[in-house]
Amino acid sequence: MNIRESVLKYEEKAVFELRSLYRRYGFLPYKMSKFEEYDLYVRNKDFLVSDHIITFTDTDGKLMALKPDVTLSIIKNGKDADGFVQKLCYNENVYRVTKGAQSFKEIMQVGLECIGDIDKYNIYEVIMLAAESLSKISDEYVLDLSHLGILDSVMQNMGISDELKSKVLKCIGEKNIHELTSILSADGKDAEPIKKLVSLYGQPQKVLEELKKFDFVSEISVQELEDIVLLLESAGYGKHIRIDFSVVNDLNYYNGFVFKGFIKNVATGVLSGGQYDKLMNKLGRTSCAIGFAVYLDMLERLDVTENEYDVDALLLYGDDAELSALANAVKLLSENGKSVMVQKNIPSQIRYKQLLMLKERGVEIVENNA
Amino acid sequence: MKTMLNIALPKGRLGEKVYKIFEDAGFECPSIKENNRKLIFENPEKCVRYFWVKPSDVSIYVERGAADIGIAGKDILLEYEPDVYELADLDIGKCRMAVAAKKDFRDDTSKTLRVATKFSNITKKYYASLGRKIDIIHLNGSIEIAPILDLSDVIVDIVETGTTLKENNLEVFETVVPISARLIANKSSFKFKNELIEKIREAIERNKILREENK
Repeated sequence: MNIRESVLKYEEKAVFELRSLYRRYGFLPYKMSKFEEYDLYVRNKDFLVSDHIITFTDTDGKLMALKPDVTLSIIKNGKDADGFVQKLCYNENVYRVTKGAQSFKEIMQVGLECIGDIDKYNIYEVIMLAAESLSKISDEYVLDLSHLGILDSVMQNMGISDELKSKVLKCIGEKNIHELTSILSADGKDAEPIKKLVSLYGQPQKVLEELKKFDFVSEISVQELEDIVLLLESAGYGKHIRIDFSVVNDLNYYNGFVFKGFIKNVATGVLSGGQYDKLMNKLGRTSCAIGFAVYLDMLERLDVTENEYDVDALLLYGDDAELSALANAVKLLSENGKSVMVQKNIPSQIRYKQLLMLKERGVEIVENNA
Repeated sequence: MKTMLNIALPKGRLGEKVYKIFEDAGFECPSIKENNRKLIFENPEKCVRYFWVKPSDVSIYVERGAADIGIAGKDILLEYEPDVYELADLDIGKCRMAVAAKKDFRDDTSKTLRVATKFSNITKKYYASLGRKIDIIHLNGSIEIAPILDLSDVIVDIVETGTTLKENNLEVFETVVPISARLIANKSSFKFKNELIEKIREAIERNKILREENK
């Protein structure tokens, strides 16, 4: 098969680009069924972005669901062994209710998961691939990087109760420092350390320098963050990486690194990922895991190149036209690499480069727009 | 070409106060004061473009990136829960979300409570936190009339001075949450126009402290 690039839509090109990128780093494609037993999602409801799921009853009476998430399906099975790392990539549609709109949406996702005996290199590789994925989509991208170990250690040391934690995390996600202050002071706590942490945002080196002055923070996590940042910087991604502690995922599932990717002129994040050892643990697995997904539904709007014409040639024919001559004319045009639409009358709103008409003597050019 | 920062301002009562805050912060746009029907105003020198939108729509403009930043009431943010950053409390437009009812109202906890409101989401969450069974009656305006006509037992609405309530023989029974105007930012814009957004936020915070000291 020989596909001309011009017929591909922006998101389709992105899918090919990303898939080939992940293959180059040894991530093997993983094809999944569109359905999954509903039970899996009920047990891990909080892990899902939205709690609405499309369900139906299978022929054997089992309650099934159209996948709202890919990660759970990938990790529910698999072997855990020392020194063994499974690298998978996927390209699937998921079905979710987006906030605000009370209807289901089909979202195309491309992503990868790295599962097993994860070490620092694996973590680096996945985060690097996240940055590289964004760079394939646009030159102007930002990868926000956070380490939940740092956030968690600050909250632990401040003695924030589990009850308060979810409120605090919500404020952190909104960079909502004023509310954070009032929640914590109502609880009789000094909000300063966490306020400082949340207001840190920007170039990694600048933030790391500030972080080292913190009293409340887990040094191991800061060291981990620094190691990964250094690797990313030496690979040339430094100027696109920002450390941002407002990237928070559910602490019951995620630990360690979490990250989110943004593209200029796309209003919401297009990439989301992190380390989710705790989720693995909940599913009874001993391995660690890290992965991310790129949401392609947002990219449609990025494509600004508009085709000037819908077709190269609009070929008109009359009632008395000889069909074999018509078929031949179309074949010839299309073999010359032209797109051709055959009609009896000129349709409204069709922009054509050339208007042709099939006459007895052959094809005549009636109008030339190019 | 310099990139402009798009700022959504709430039309109406709060609007002028809000613009004043931006003006004081050094991001003025003189043409906005001309009395005309235009909705969009630019000051290329300061890289800002202001536009007036319905207050309850500000968060939509910002969440979807048509505006990079905007000013929205906390009531709107709590009701619609947009995915945005909330960068500052402007301390203006202060009021509260409250439960009000007829003066002689006695809550009969053995029955389902009928609540009329424009803010269904806030109401649902508030009563869920109390574990109380309610029947929400969503209205779009003139909420105060509901208890009078026995459409509902109580209302959940914004209370500023309480004058409207008093005139209709109602009174506040419970405060749900205090409300004020907030500076919000689109999450993606925050990354790509960070310097300008931070500059505005800092100037606004600085002026707020100054104002408080002068009080």
